[in-house]
Amino acid sequence: MSVGASEGANSGAIQVNGEVLDVQRTGKYFLMSVTAPGITERARPGQFVTIGIGGEESSMVLRRSFAIQGVQARGMYGGTLDFVVSPVGKGTQWLTKLRRHDPLNLVGPLGKPFTLPTKPVTCVLVGGGYGAAPLIMLAQALRERGCRVDTIIGASTEEKLYGGLDLKRVSTSLTLATEDGTAGIRGRVTDGLIDTLNSSKVDVVYACGPMSMLASVAEECTTRKIFSQCSVEESMACGIGVCMTCVLPVIGEDGVTRMLRSCVEGPIFRGDRVRWADIGTIPEGTWGGEGLRSWR
Amino acid sequence: MALNLASRGNASPESTFDLRTQLGSLELQSPVLTASGCAAAGRELDNYFDITAIGGIVTKSIMLAPRSGRATPRMAETPSGMLNSIGLQGPGVESFLETDLAWLQQRGARTIVSIAGGTADEFGKVAAKLRVAGGFDAIEVNISCPNVEDRGQVFACRADTSAQIIQTVRRNSDNKIPIFAKLSPDVTDIVEIATSVSQAGATGVSVINTLLGMVIDTQTMRPALAGVTGGLSGPAIRPIAVRCIWQIRSALPNLPIIGMGGVRTGHDALEMVLAGANAISVGTSIFNDPMAPMRIQKELEQELRNRGFESLTQAISFAHREVSEAVIEDETGESKDESERDWDFISE
Repeated sequence: MSVGASEGANSGAIQVNGEVLDVQRTGKYFLMSVTAPGITERARPGQFVTIGIGGEESSMVLRRSFAIQGVQARGMYGGTLDFVVSPVGKGTQWLTKLRRHDPLNLVGPLGKPFTLPTKPVTCVLVGGGYGAAPLIMLAQALRERGCRVDTIIGASTEEKLYGGLDLKRVSTSLTLATEDGTAGIRGRVTDGLIDTLNSSKVDVVYACGPMSMLASVAEECTTRKIFSQCSVEESMACGIGVCMTCVLPVIGEDGVTRMLRSCVEGPIFRGDRVRWADIGTIPEGTWGGEGLRSWR
Repeated sequence: MALNLASRGNASPESTFDLRTQLGSLELQSPVLTASGCAAAGRELDNYFDITAIGGIVTKSIMLAPRSGRATPRMAETPSGMLNSIGLQGPGVESFLETDLAWLQQRGARTIVSIAGGTADEFGKVAAKLRVAGGFDAIEVNISCPNVEDRGQVFACRADTSAQIIQTVRRNSDNKIPIFAKLSPDVTDIVEIATSVSQAGATGVSVINTLLGMVIDTQTMRPALAGVTGGLSGPAIRPIAVRCIWQIRSALPNLPIIGMGGVRTGHDALEMVLAGANAISVGTSIFNDPMAPMRIQKELEQELRNRGFESLTQAISFAHREVSEAVIEDETGESKDESERDWDFISE
């Protein structure tokens, strides 16, 4: 199954041919289980894979990236990997129409993983929509370290919630939030987070979801001086750090803002380091921003 | 029917195939390079294949000062291609020399440094810094940059501004260093530009850079890219690249040409070689397949073997040969009747 696997020297990411084992509809999303020998053994919570779309002669030349939800390193398929797909575009729709045994080309595991605490601290996990997927693998790792894991997931409506069953199993507690009140508390996921932060002592907050949600989570944590790690979803072209597409303004330890690549310098960033309000711009004072001119 | 060309025998598949190519004074073991802006400075790709096993790395264009690049969104997928407006994000030449070039040198990769600038003076300064540092094999001059002193008109659009940049880079470079001018296809007569940069001191040309394009996001009903317009690349532009290579090769039979634009397979690379390219850069396809340069090199070798070529050099510009030169034999080794062969080209 692992035809033409090539092993990388530094990052540990490899390119392999795998195959689809299962495609399962879950609410508005599809859970895909695939073989990915070599990737599964290396994958850590927060990392992602990219997948070639449409076969070798495809007119869709860019790979699509997916957060890893979970892995089984062993078993009869020699390593399997789960990820969730929201079929909103042509590429993701092609993917969700694949069936068992269809071939797939994967590159991974890519990106920096979540940083895990070395002590059994109290963690809050916040997931928006299918952004809850990587939290499943993360929650497992945190529980194995003896951490308390309170998970809050939210979406606009019930069928856009993701991973509730799995997260209930691996979390100490699970709170649901929907904006229309179809499941759990009525409101945003950040409302649930604020309640938790106000009522208990929290050491670390992990979040994955839309940028606006991440911005609110980061703000709540930063004002309370709580360490937060956010997994961003920026549109990517290569996923391996060569194209400079997926950049966002991040403040470095030296206090200087730089345009960092979310594929290799992320997708996990410290919440207090990302200039959330300035995403989509080159903020004043950004390193190398002076030379920029517009001729429009 | 196997098409054997009378003048060449079949190289045995076991022997090492001669993929060497000559770009002015620079000899490369393989014609396959990475395209500027699609491989950073080689480091990330070395994770997926041995970057010293291909012809060389063409670095992302380096400018005098660090540069943040443009705001996002910087990219939009298009049919068989993509549009990008990165804005030459980079660390600036000093940092490039200390970290990227030093690494490439230590790694033993053949390196073609791509340089960019907003003025002729900036190009000259970058070239001068490179000359002092050394440790690279050639310069590719990205003249598809907006001219700060001329309302952002790109240098590559005009023969005189293209030549001016090349002259400046040549003046500030070691005489022995090959210089390649990377040409824009968005011109009326690319041969005129190629001729003028050649006369201005370019060793050869790199064709083609991206084409200027635009995508409107129908959800937001605004331009998809923050930079509004962007460079179109990928397989969609390949026929344009082949045409440009063909035209330049026809006019300038001895000018070294690095061909690029949507090369995805060894077959595509062969097409450019036949049109007149002495080397090929692989760009957007790297985003689809990080092992693409290595894979394309192997595929190109096989495509050449399949056609009975004994070396890459034999295939360069082969499509330009006079049809009467090609003696086509059938399996028995007998030449077909002239008139019958002529009729092969007529379909009604």
